[in-house]
Amino acid sequence: MAPKEWQLVTQTHPAPARAPRSRRRVARSWVGWGFIGPFMTVFTLVFLAPIVYSIYLSLFRQQLVGGNSFVGLDNYRRAFADAQFWSSVARVGLFLAVQVPIMLGIALFVALAIDSGRLFGRNFFRISIFLPYAVPAVVATLMWGFMYGTRFGLIGNIDAALGITLSDPLSPGLVLASIGNIVTWEFVGYNMLIFYSALRVVPTSLYEAAEIDGAGQFRVISAIKLPAIRGALVIATIFSIIGSFQLFNEPSILQNLAPNAITTYFTPNLYAYSLSFSGQQYNYSATVAIIMGLITMAIAYVVQLRGMRKEA
Amino acid sequence: MRGFTHRRLVRGAALAGALTIALAACSSGGSGAPGTTPSTASSAAGQSALEQGGKITVWAWEPTLKKVVADFEAKYPKVTVDLVNAGTGNAQYTALQNAIAAGSGVPDVAQVEYYALPQFAIGGSLADLTSFGAASLDGTFTPGPWASVKQGNGIYGLPMDSGPMALFYNKSVFDKYGIAVPTTWDEYLTAAQKLHAADPSAYIANDTGDAGFATSMIWQAGGHPYTVDGTNVKINLADAGSTAFATLWQKLIDQKLLAPISSWSDQWYQGLGNGTIATLTIGAWMPANLESGVAAGKGQWRVAPMPQWTAGGTATSENGGSSLAVPKASKNQQLAYDFIKYADAGAGVQTRIDGGAFPATTADLQSAAFVNKTFDYFGGQKVNEVLAKSAADVVKGWQYLPFQVYANSVFNDTVGKAYVSGTTLQQGLKAWQDSSVTYGNDQGFTVNK
Repeated sequence: MAPKEWQLVTQTHPAPARAPRSRRRVARSWVGWGFIGPFMTVFTLVFLAPIVYSIYLSLFRQQLVGGNSFVGLDNYRRAFADAQFWSSVARVGLFLAVQVPIMLGIALFVALAIDSGRLFGRNFFRISIFLPYAVPAVVATLMWGFMYGTRFGLIGNIDAALGITLSDPLSPGLVLASIGNIVTWEFVGYNMLIFYSALRVVPTSLYEAAEIDGAGQFRVISAIKLPAIRGALVIATIFSIIGSFQLFNEPSILQNLAPNAITTYFTPNLYAYSLSFSGQQYNYSATVAIIMGLITMAIAYVVQLRGMRKEA
Repeated sequence: MRGFTHRRLVRGAALAGALTIALAACSSGGSGAPGTTPSTASSAAGQSALEQGGKITVWAWEPTLKKVVADFEAKYPKVTVDLVNAGTGNAQYTALQNAIAAGSGVPDVAQVEYYALPQFAIGGSLADLTSFGAASLDGTFTPGPWASVKQGNGIYGLPMDSGPMALFYNKSVFDKYGIAVPTTWDEYLTAAQKLHAADPSAYIANDTGDAGFATSMIWQAGGHPYTVDGTNVKINLADAGSTAFATLWQKLIDQKLLAPISSWSDQWYQGLGNGTIATLTIGAWMPANLESGVAAGKGQWRVAPMPQWTAGGTATSENGGSSLAVPKASKNQQLAYDFIKYADAGAGVQTRIDGGAFPATTADLQSAAFVNKTFDYFGGQKVNEVLAKSAADVVKGWQYLPFQVYANSVFNDTVGKAYVSGTTLQQGLKAWQDSSVTYGNDQGFTVNK
């Protein structure tokens, strides 16, 4: 019904609208630019220009001896054969595969628990679980770094109190898990809040209907709550993927405490940082950054597609 | 019309500027300034620059420079020195590289450590100071630092301080367990074993892999892992000196005789104060740091000559120390040179010694007042006696890589593995060599070819 009406309206208009349209189009385009001009200027300056500049940089090579020269796609060829780069990608890939599900799982569990209304001291839990997110990542990492200390830190104290020797959380084998622990601690609250706010907008009539139908809590969760917050789940997953690939603060700060466990190419971002700031390899650093950006985009896009498809 | 007025304005301003300069020159010429008579002909140009005045920006983290700048400005009222702490070590080099790459915001003077100087000099970022008469300062500085600021025929900085190495040790710990202060590295190893056996929480030293320390140790052992001739570079981290260091240090690592604590960390300061880190083999700039950072160790620490690789030897090496250099992009190079000469070879040296710095100037190192000074922190010991002796005994001929900043940044990626896994130091050094070679060739040097 509606489409037909629409057609009718558009069909009746063409003849009289013809003459003014061409004039209006010129005027409209100027007015439009006037409105989006300020935005486009800022957008171009702070979004497009850096990307274009990075791509430009990635096509050159600056040497201490010999200066600057155009090298085409050499930097990209080098990156594809760079074992250090791919080891860092694999590391954040592993991090993504293990830490993100754990973190989102805990966040979802907490959000459902708080939303169930059966939790005593709901507001206290909501605030205290969210609180770590308000602590700056740098401070959080330093704090955890001290706790991880085997000599004077919490681990050291536990060792001394119980007369045992826990393995060093900052040793090469465990440091990634230790970082995962910090990141989980930091972001469970944030993701919990996303899920919780999505749960709050589920109409209560659905729950009433479920109760009348005799559905239990688990049935309510699986049949009502989870489908209702699928959008929030997809968003939180995408944020977490981007966050994992951009892992930088935590390893960069812990590097001072565990210089031999966290290499300069521990994560792709740390690698790009080391390349440009210790080695002045700005060009190659830009290349690494661009490749990582593309990989992140591709994976986030796949997740989004899958999330959408399920929703449809 | 608009163009005309604009041009007239500019011309007016230029005229006013010229007048001011002429007036300034006149007034300073008139006052005569008896305290500022030029001592040598080569400083005549500097004299006029100082009289003309101007503003220079200095990037440095050395704390004693604050007083030097104040004195300098008092002496030359027309000169304004803007002292900026743009970060320590690598942080500042990063800022400096970025400023040089961007071509703006480059300071007129920058503090650059000796190990980093070749990288900036080769890159063409620093002004050659020979054109300002720096060559006449030959003999003013001790040989180690002076060799460090020279690159080919150029002089790219003036030595500000130096770090001849010595063995700082906690006497109370050594006395408590009846351990003799080691004079050779073999004795050092024995002392380490004895100490750790007597008190399992005590270590002879801390180390988690430190490029500056490792290279200084190799230097003392007579190693020449880096040979630099222009852009031709040879790297051999398996020469006799490097192997001597790797062999000794591997034993200390294997027997778990080194505290796994990074220098300058909280735990490190605690360990130095409570006797769990018993010695420090480190540069002569350390006393001031101990006094300020390890108050608990007062009266306990002493300084002894660096342990030797062969009994009866006297060889030492430099550890750290920095120069003041003038970036090529500075618009006020003459004035900048005058400032660094004042700070590093003029009246500024005494100011900095009073502030606790260890100088690089021969005259000051030999002066009775300096050598005979007693330190309460070190139980009344004449610490400078040992340190000045070390400055004279530095092994000659050491060279750093022209890309040492990068090489040091990947030290823990490679050699660091030996501290936390089954890799040996020698394998680590080989890996470090390989990544340095790759980087060097990548940057257009000819390395090991």
